[in-house]
Order: sequence, then structure tokens, then C-alpha cells
Amino acid sequence: MAFVQSLKCRECHKTYPIEALHVCEFCFGPLEVAYDYEGIAASISREKIASGPPTIWRYADLLPVDGTDYVSLGAGFTPLVKARSLGEELGLPNLWLKNDTVNPTGSFKDRVVSVALSKARELGLKVAACASTGNLANSVAAHAAWAGMESYVFIPANLEKAKIITTSIFGGNLIAIEGNYDDVNRLCAELASEEPTWAFVNVNVRAYYSEGSKTLAFEVAEQLGWKAPDHVIVPVGSGSQLTKIHKGFHELYEVGLLDEEPNVRISGAQAAGCSPVATAFAAGYDYVRPVKPNTIAKSLAIGNPADGFYALDVVRKSGGSFGSVTDEEIIEGMGLLARTEGIFAETAGGVTIATLAKLAKEGIVRPDETVVAYITGNGLKTVEALEDSQGPTYVIKPTLEAFTEVYQSKRSNQ
Amino acid sequence: MSTTVRVPTQLRSLTGGLAELQIDGSTVGEILGKIDSEYPGLGERIFDESGALRRFVNVFLADEDVRFLEGLDTPVKENQVLSIVPAVAGGSH
Repeated sequence: MAFVQSLKCRECHKTYPIEALHVCEFCFGPLEVAYDYEGIAASISREKIASGPPTIWRYADLLPVDGTDYVSLGAGFTPLVKARSLGEELGLPNLWLKNDTVNPTGSFKDRVVSVALSKARELGLKVAACASTGNLANSVAAHAAWAGMESYVFIPANLEKAKIITTSIFGGNLIAIEGNYDDVNRLCAELASEEPTWAFVNVNVRAYYSEGSKTLAFEVAEQLGWKAPDHVIVPVGSGSQLTKIHKGFHELYEVGLLDEEPNVRISGAQAAGCSPVATAFAAGYDYVRPVKPNTIAKSLAIGNPADGFYALDVVRKSGGSFGSVTDEEIIEGMGLLARTEGIFAETAGGVTIATLAKLAKEGIVRPDETVVAYITGNGLKTVEALEDSQGPTYVIKPTLEAFTEVYQSKRSNQ
Repeated sequence: MSTTVRVPTQLRSLTGGLAELQIDGSTVGEILGKIDSEYPGLGERIFDESGALRRFVNVFLADEDVRFLEGLDTPVKENQVLSIVPAVAGGSH
């Protein structure tokens, strides 16, 4: 809907027209979409949302797309499930999981890409492009295929094989770069200057793209009966998702969909092998020192997170915390989630669950809180990380005797 | 010895539209300082009041973030390219 007013620099507040711009020309600060919240408040209602589609577009009034000709594979409105067994294990009786593994291409990226490419089409941009650690690659290639757009997807060459295959199948151009994600990102930032008619979803249309993550907050509030939770745990790569979830809860209050002003504690989860934001939090710094990533959680392996500064600020002001977990703990977290709740998450989900376990043990995430952990990607994308730790329980000959033997030995061990 | 400096779109209004500059200098700081004297106004866009690089400006020497090297003191060798790139948050979470 037409409630978008302008783009506005987060740092110096200079305003810009609604175009494919992402950086303030003066101070290089990031641009954000500014809305007419009074107009939205007059238009939006719980009933209107409930009668909308079971996708992110039920919240169209709060998204930066004017028309209704969406580029959509049906992302969003994923299950919010009460995690009884995991909650029992962690001593958290009110634990919920936002299961975003079930999006069309298996991650929350379908939300942001649906918004970015819908906007790109409105702006007249013809080519879809992105720098990606994998999930975004899948999603851009798939949505571009659906929309009949040409696509150029840039990834680090060492990405998990599954993420390469699940991108190239959609038929766009997949460019593997000999370097890490930060190299890919730098190249794309430079390319965006040279190809202004392309929609680099996370570069020149980033201001619109990142707004899609707000729907992670909208849905959770709606699914809790129009209530904000007390505490959320969010995995952190660039930090964008975390800051947008925060923004999402506050917008709901601003437009009158929540009765009480939300007071959500927001905690961030990082992999120890790439934890620039968690490290800055622990050290009490207000700047994020870049690192060279080395972790199995490749979807979070961003050494120089440009939204890191804002994520740090949001977490501190909300009274949340940060945790970082080792590769072993990530794998344990993936197993724990799968065993207790039947959800197979990618490595980033392992980061979230392992961090949640750590923060619960430290008493930072408390049993009296309604807690939501965001599980943002499907485990089938990162099976390689589990090759050494998973396999058959027994390998036997196809005879009754062989099975009876292992079955009895198992029962006698119980 | 002159170094090639790549300029992002956002700063090209100050360089007369040039995407690449040839600048002499032996360190990153010296080269960026000279850009400011040749193209007035460019300095305040990349440096903050204290003379440090702005939070959202990244400078790469031979594709390496100078924050991983010696910052503005990093020596520049022959044929290395210096790129000024606006920070963009990543593709992921």
C-alpha cells in the first residue's frame, strides 16, 4: 500500500526519494524506509490481517511495496510451535519456536526476497542479483525463476554443496567467487555501482529487502494472540534480522495492533568462529571489530557485519544479551532440537538453540518469560556439517537373528 | 609511483564523474589525504571529525580491508589498487 514516504538515513536523517538507493550520499549511513504510520493505523486492523493471505503479504500495509502484484512463492505465516520437550530440557516452560525452515526455499530469506523483488519490479529493475552465503542464493534464484527475471547470484566457492545445487537448479547465473563472504559482498557492492539497473537484493534495494524481516515479529505477535513475547533469541550474521524484529514489534504498537507497548528483550546468537558482535557486546564496545570467519555456520559467517553496530545497540537497550557457541555446540544444538521437537534446522538453528541453552543456564533467559527462538533455515541445506556425527544406529545382515541380537542388547542396556 | 583508487558512485559527483583516480602516495592515509586536496569535499565524506574512517566506509587495499592491515598507516606497494566501498550489511541474518 502507499504508506511509504521516503528513504531516510539512519545516521544523519537526510531523506531520499523511493529509488534503488541504499547508502546516504553524504555520510554513507544506511537508508531506511520511512512510513506514514498515522495512515497505516487508520487502514490496518487485526480483522483485516486475519482475512489476508497466509503469507507475509497479510501485513502489506507495513511493507514498502505499493501495488499488489507481488513476487511471491508464498513465504511467511510459518508455524509458531510450543516447544514442550525442549522447554522442559532447558527449564523454560514458556518456550516457543518460530519454525521458518518451512518457507518455500527453506529459510526466512524468502520473506526478504519476496519484498525486495516485488519492489524491484515496481522500480523497473529487470535483473535480480545478490551476494549470498547460500540461503539468499536459493531464494533469489527461485523467486527470479518464478517472476521470469534474469538472475546473477554470487556466492563464496567453498559453500556447502547442497546450497550450490539448490541454487543452480533454478537456472539463473551462479557465480562462485574464490574468496569468503566478505569478498563476495565487497565485489557486489562495487558491482552495484556499475550496474545501476540491477536489483542487488541485499545491496541497492537493501532498504526494502530488510523490511521483510519485520514479518518475523508481526507473525509471532499475531500467533501469540496479539501479544509480544518477553524475550526472543535471534541468530546474528549481519545483524539486520535482529534489528528488524525489534522494529517490527514496535511498529505493531505504533499502528495500534498491540494494546501495550512491547518490552521485548532481544538476545543475539553467534558462532564462536565468527562472533564480532557478541565479542563487542562482552567487551562493552560500541563498535564492531571485523573478524575472519571460521565456522560451520556458514549462513552466519559474516566477519564485517554492517548492521552489527545497530544490533549491539538494540540488544543493550532491550536488556538482552549475546552468546556465542563452538562448532561442537552447534552440532549438539541441531541434534537437541531435532530429538526434542522434530525440527531439523540448519547450522544457524544449532547456533540459536545452543546459545539459548547457554543463556538459560546462566539465568539470562528466565523460566518466567515467554521466550521465542527463531529457527531460520532448513537442516537439509547443511547436512555436510553432520556427516561425521550422524549415521545408522546399527548395520546388520538381513536376518531375524541379527536383528534380535541388536534389539536384545539394546533392551538390556536400557 | 601512482596508485589506482576506485571511487563508489556515491562520491563520483565530487570527482567529476570519475570512477578511478590515479594518486601518488606511500600509505593509505597519505593517498586518501591527497584525494581530499585534489577533490575538495571528498575528505569529510570518508573521514569523521577525529580523522578516522567513518563507520560506514570501508577501504580495501588489494582487496583486503585496511582495518585488517595497519589502517591508514598501511604502506601501499606498486600496482596495488585502493577501493573505497560503502559498507553494506551482509546477505544473511
